[in-house]
Amino acid sequence: MERIPILRMGRFLLVTIQVDMHDQLALTLQDDLTQRIVKDRAKGVLIDISSLDVVDSFIGRMISNIAGMSRVLDAQTVVVGMRPAVAITLVELGLDLAGVRTALNVEKGMALLQGATA
Amino acid sequence: MSKVDSAVLARVVRAHEPEILADWIQGQASVRRPGALQEVEQRRVSRELLGAVSESLQSNGDTGGHDWLAVREILDGFSTQRALEGYSPVETATFVFSLKEPVFARLRKEVSDPQQLATAMWAASRVIDGLGLHTTEAFQKTREEVIARQQRELLELSTPVVELWDGILALPLIGTLDSNRTQVVMESLLEKIVEARAAIAIIDITGVPTVDTLVAQHLMKTVAAARLMGADCIISGIRPQIAQTIVHLGVDLSQVVTKSSLADAFVVALARTGARVEGRGAAIPASTTAGA
Repeated sequence: MERIPILRMGRFLLVTIQVDMHDQLALTLQDDLTQRIVKDRAKGVLIDISSLDVVDSFIGRMISNIAGMSRVLDAQTVVVGMRPAVAITLVELGLDLAGVRTALNVEKGMALLQGATA
Repeated sequence: MSKVDSAVLARVVRAHEPEILADWIQGQASVRRPGALQEVEQRRVSRELLGAVSESLQSNGDTGGHDWLAVREILDGFSTQRALEGYSPVETATFVFSLKEPVFARLRKEVSDPQQLATAMWAASRVIDGLGLHTTEAFQKTREEVIARQQRELLELSTPVVELWDGILALPLIGTLDSNRTQVVMESLLEKIVEARAAIAIIDITGVPTVDTLVAQHLMKTVAAARLMGADCIISGIRPQIAQTIVHLGVDLSQVVTKSSLADAFVVALARTGARVEGRGAAIPASTTAGA
């Protein structure tokens, strides 16, 4: 079965979404990620969606959910690399991902995480 | 369009095409603008048009029909040309209507039976009116296309995104914000944020005459989209009246940093990116330290 890889970088987990997200894949990712946060005692999650060019309300809500779950598990979530078209779509859908931190690219996202969990 | 007997008209036009053309060009002299090139061009169009009209008349007198396609194409080309050169609709339509006089004169000369003459004149009138109306329509269409293109260009020109400092963008908005414009503004701002790797964008609304709930909503959308990309937004240039309006309307801008002037916003942006502006006396220019 198709899975989205979760990489560990020190205290943080790095998730790079490079395939089209379908619903089952999103749910699997939620499962995997929450388990990994607990197992690795991660302090932060960085989700890179720079290769994602289509989102729908389900994916938008999934990102929100992941952030919420991570917070409960004491890890910060940063979403990086959102494309302009995706950002516009999410805003038009009424999803402003409140409570989710965002950064322009992985580098800035890492800096943000480091600052937030220092 | 009801059928009109155009047989007599077709016969007369076909038989006397050169004479009608000569009379027509003669008559055009009064409505033509000076210039040798236009004269040559107009002669060519006249000849082509009359040839095509004569050809189409052989089949029927219905100018909207399939047999008149060639004539309509010539007229389309001519009207487009005229519209782009800045002629008025009257001047353009007069070109076609001026064909009436020579045709009528020729019909009077050639047809002796009053009944037949009346029918032929009616047919000629219908044909030329049809062509004239088509000219005006084509002319109008071209003008509308020009206007639409200019509107599009204006839209793009009116939303420049400028880089004030490394990682700081400014978007001075001028004019009313409607849904269309917001879309363009949002897109160009977000594209530029990616391109310039900006951390902060200042949206300056000094040039926006009024802010109502809709405009405020558009602004909030832009700010939310920029935030999703990882850039913070500051809204500046809020005039006193606009501040009053916003509060009276109950618009909630508490999620957004607002400043009254672009300068204030710039200082905040600089502070956030870790830069600082100092007066000349206090600051040591980099060049002097390098030279020492």
